[in-house]
Amino acid sequence: MQRDQQPRSDAAAPPILEVRNLVVAFHGLAGTLRALDDVSFSIAPGEILGVVGESGAGKSLTGAAVIGLLERPGRIDGGEILLAGRRIDNLPHAQMRKVRGREIGAIFQDPLTSLNPLLTVGEQLTETIATHLALSAKAARARAVELLAEVGIPAPANRIDDYPHHFSGGMRQRVVIALALCANPKLVIADEPTTALDVSVQAQILELIRRLGREHGTAVMLITHDMGVIAETADRVAVMYAGRVAEIGPTREIIETPHHPYTVGLMGSVPVIGEDAEDLVQIDGSMPRLNAIPPGCAFNPRCGEVMGRCLSQRPGLMPAGRSQAACWLMDTVTGDAA
Amino acid sequence: MSEDILAPVLEVDNLHKWFDVSKPPLQRLIERLPRQTLKAVDGVSFRIERGTTFALVGESGCGKSTVAQAVAGLHKPTRGAILFEGIDRDLPRPDGSRPELQMIFQDPFASLNPRWRVRDIIAEPLRVHRLTRSRAETRAAVAELLEQVRLSPADGEKYPHEFSGGQRQRISIARALANKPKFLVCDEPTSALDVSVQAQILNLMKRLQRELGLTYLLISHNLAVIYHMADELGVMYLGRLVETGPAREIFNRPRHPYTQLLLDTIPDISLDRPHRTFLKGEVPSPIAPPPGCTFHPRCPHANDRCRTEPPRLESFGGVKVACHAVGEGRIVPAVREWRPAARRTPVRRVSPVARPA
Repeated sequence: MQRDQQPRSDAAAPPILEVRNLVVAFHGLAGTLRALDDVSFSIAPGEILGVVGESGAGKSLTGAAVIGLLERPGRIDGGEILLAGRRIDNLPHAQMRKVRGREIGAIFQDPLTSLNPLLTVGEQLTETIATHLALSAKAARARAVELLAEVGIPAPANRIDDYPHHFSGGMRQRVVIALALCANPKLVIADEPTTALDVSVQAQILELIRRLGREHGTAVMLITHDMGVIAETADRVAVMYAGRVAEIGPTREIIETPHHPYTVGLMGSVPVIGEDAEDLVQIDGSMPRLNAIPPGCAFNPRCGEVMGRCLSQRPGLMPAGRSQAACWLMDTVTGDAA
Repeated sequence: MSEDILAPVLEVDNLHKWFDVSKPPLQRLIERLPRQTLKAVDGVSFRIERGTTFALVGESGCGKSTVAQAVAGLHKPTRGAILFEGIDRDLPRPDGSRPELQMIFQDPFASLNPRWRVRDIIAEPLRVHRLTRSRAETRAAVAELLEQVRLSPADGEKYPHEFSGGQRQRISIARALANKPKFLVCDEPTSALDVSVQAQILNLMKRLQRELGLTYLLISHNLAVIYHMADELGVMYLGRLVETGPAREIFNRPRHPYTQLLLDTIPDISLDRPHRTFLKGEVPSPIAPPPGCTFHPRCPHANDRCRTEPPRLESFGGVKVACHAVGEGRIVPAVREWRPAARRTPVRRVSPVARPA
């Protein structure tokens, strides 16, 4: 079960999703909090981009901004989001509703709260299909059965009239994935899709997500805090810290030769089977709150290699091996670092 | 006193915990339903030596948390015995003492009273067990406990909501340590935490074990955490132990087919893991477990004997395994070579030395 190490996607193909300098802020009485600050990345057709980071780093918020489901008082304060070359961050509400579901599918953590307990699985699927595709009721039902078969639900023609509570956790998450795939979306945003599931079921769901890219050329944004899931599923990884991208690059590079001191610490803190260490690498302290992000590099209070300029100047993403890292240690242009 | 040292700290003998999950009597009568029993734990035995960590691993519903709760005294066993330092944990002791045992829970957001100051939360066990004689003594004890888990004594004045998840778990640990237990039951202590915070808590738990000679019963579904922490390991499936023994031996030479598949299935950041077979299907309902070996519907080695006759734990080179196929020599231990070395070449390293926050 070895994953091919070559990126499956065509690097020359225009990206499905492109996020440029995205800023999301929460405006409140106490002032403005920048929850996402100058976030940029892109996902190619068939590519799985893993987004990792600690709670509060802005992973889920990035996903919510892309599908246009930011909750008030949060709003996009700058930057652009392009889906297949078309701007979607400034679309009116009604038009965005059509994009959502049709062109972007979403899978969330808890399969039980993502499904309506009062409707059968078939009703939910056919409703979504009818909303986005011009199909007769009969054709929509046939498509729903087809989708359930595709996500690996046994005897789909019999199960289609069952309610969500008739399904186990893993089977429910399959139904949620089927719902996300109703209209053959170009992009799927999977926010912690396996966190609520057992390992055996998790492996099956991850295989399903990998198949999306392979067979349909769907771009996937996989948001998770589990490094193991990223290692086995993603082609590239974006590491987020305090609302910013700290490092982005190919999965193997990020895991084996991380460049940003935060990524180095994060990877060292993951316990690994077969590694006999008395203590794990520990990044002391915790991520700053949004109202207390230090000037310069947000990681500077916890960084073991902090320099003078880290305290005042914010680093942008710079080339670092095969990745890009937002760290002044990578700065070879001005020559401040070795 | 010498007997005290020789006996294992904890001995669980043939523990059963069954729950009655029947419908209400009237409904049973009208709809002619039978009584239903959920056998959450169905004959589990193990012992934990002083100063070591015994870990239980398994998928949800395998009964690992029920074992932990029974050991902590939150459930009364249906059958079987739990001996703490050789004495049944539920029997009164001649000197009136209680088992020196505490528990750390999974969710640090739900296990601390939000209306209490941290100093009161930590002082509660001291007060209940009358371990300190004056307020000044209590205050000093709380300050010492906070420092033991690397928080500052001034943090005692704050409320739980002012702390992050990792800090709250430190508070739970400080509270658990208040009446100087010898034994900690840790039920998924880091599952609700981010990896970097998890590393802080695991390092703290190891340091406390070294310094205070603590013994741990660790429950986790995360095999990498268990590899890092455990001396002995028990793999559970539907209320029974299927394999138990030294943790390293089980990781390197898993014998039971479930253990083999579980180790293959777990996602890990080691990128080179060839020849993996994934665990198929899902855990069956523990209310109506399959007959014979409960793993047989998912087992690639199952035969007719497995489908009818439940296997018993038998010893194989230091490890106990409950499997007919292993007993009959139909399958051999799978040798696993874990190769985590790949990621051990970071360009730079964050200093593991503690720095003031």
